[in-house]
Amino acid sequence: MADLLILMGLIALGYFAGSATERRHYRSISKREEAFLHLPAVTFRSHGSLADASESRLVTGCAVISVDYFKRILAGLRALVGGRVKAYESLLDRARREAVLRMKEADPTADIIVNTRIETSSISKGGSNRQSVSTIEALAYGTAIHVKKKGT
Amino acid sequence: MILTNIETVPGKTIAEHFGLVQGSTIRAKHVGRDIMAGLKNIVGGELKGYTELMKESRKEATGRMIDEARQLGANAIVNVRYATSSVAQGAAELFAYGTAVRVE
Repeated sequence: MADLLILMGLIALGYFAGSATERRHYRSISKREEAFLHLPAVTFRSHGSLADASESRLVTGCAVISVDYFKRILAGLRALVGGRVKAYESLLDRARREAVLRMKEADPTADIIVNTRIETSSISKGGSNRQSVSTIEALAYGTAIHVKKKGT
Repeated sequence: MILTNIETVPGKTIAEHFGLVQGSTIRAKHVGRDIMAGLKNIVGGELKGYTELMKESRKEATGRMIDEARQLGANAIVNVRYATSSVAQGAAELFAYGTAVRVE
C-alpha cells in the first residue's frame, strides 16, 4: 500500500512539476526565438553573403533535457500498444530549439549562421537498468558569418 | 585558429591542405551530478550539470583537434564535424574532426 502511495505521489509530482517546467520553458523559447529573428540559421553550405564575409567562426550550442516521471510512465504504456509517443515529441522539440538558441547566443552579433547541423544523442541513465530514452542531448552547430558593413 | 564547418573559410583562399585532424575525449558522469540528475528525472527539465559536462568535454575534444592542427602548421580547420557515442554505461565519447588547412 505504501509503495503504491509513493508511486502515485511520484506520478503526481512528475505531472504537475513537469508540465509547469515545460510551459515555462516554451514561454522562454518563443520569447528568445523572437528576439533572434534578425539572425537566421540556415542549412545551406553556401550563401550570397559568403563572398563579402569579414569574419567566420564555428558556433555550438547544446542542451541536455530530461522527461518527467509522469511522461515516462505514459510512454511506457504507449510502448505496449504502439503508435505516436506524444510525451517524447515535446522533449525532443524543446531540446533542439534550446540548442539552436544557445548556438545563436554564442555569437549574437553575427549576420547569418550557415550549414547548421543538429545532432541528438540519448544519455543513458547510470545505475539503472531501465532502457528507456529519458534524457537526451541536442547539439546544434554551424558557421557564424559576419558580413562586411557597407561603406567601411 | 579559424574553425568553420563549411568547405572554405569565407573571404580567404585555401593555400595548402594538411589532411584530417581529430580530437576526442571520454567522460564519465560524477556521482554528485548523477544524484541531482536522479532527482531531476522525476520532475523533468534541463539537467544543467550534464549540459555543462558535455560543453566542457566538447571544448576539450576541440582543443585537442586544434593542437594537432597547430603542430602541422595549419592556421584553420574547415568542415569540422562533431560525433557522440556512448562507450560504456555512464561514459560517453565526444569526438571532433575536420580538415586542417592553411589560408591566406
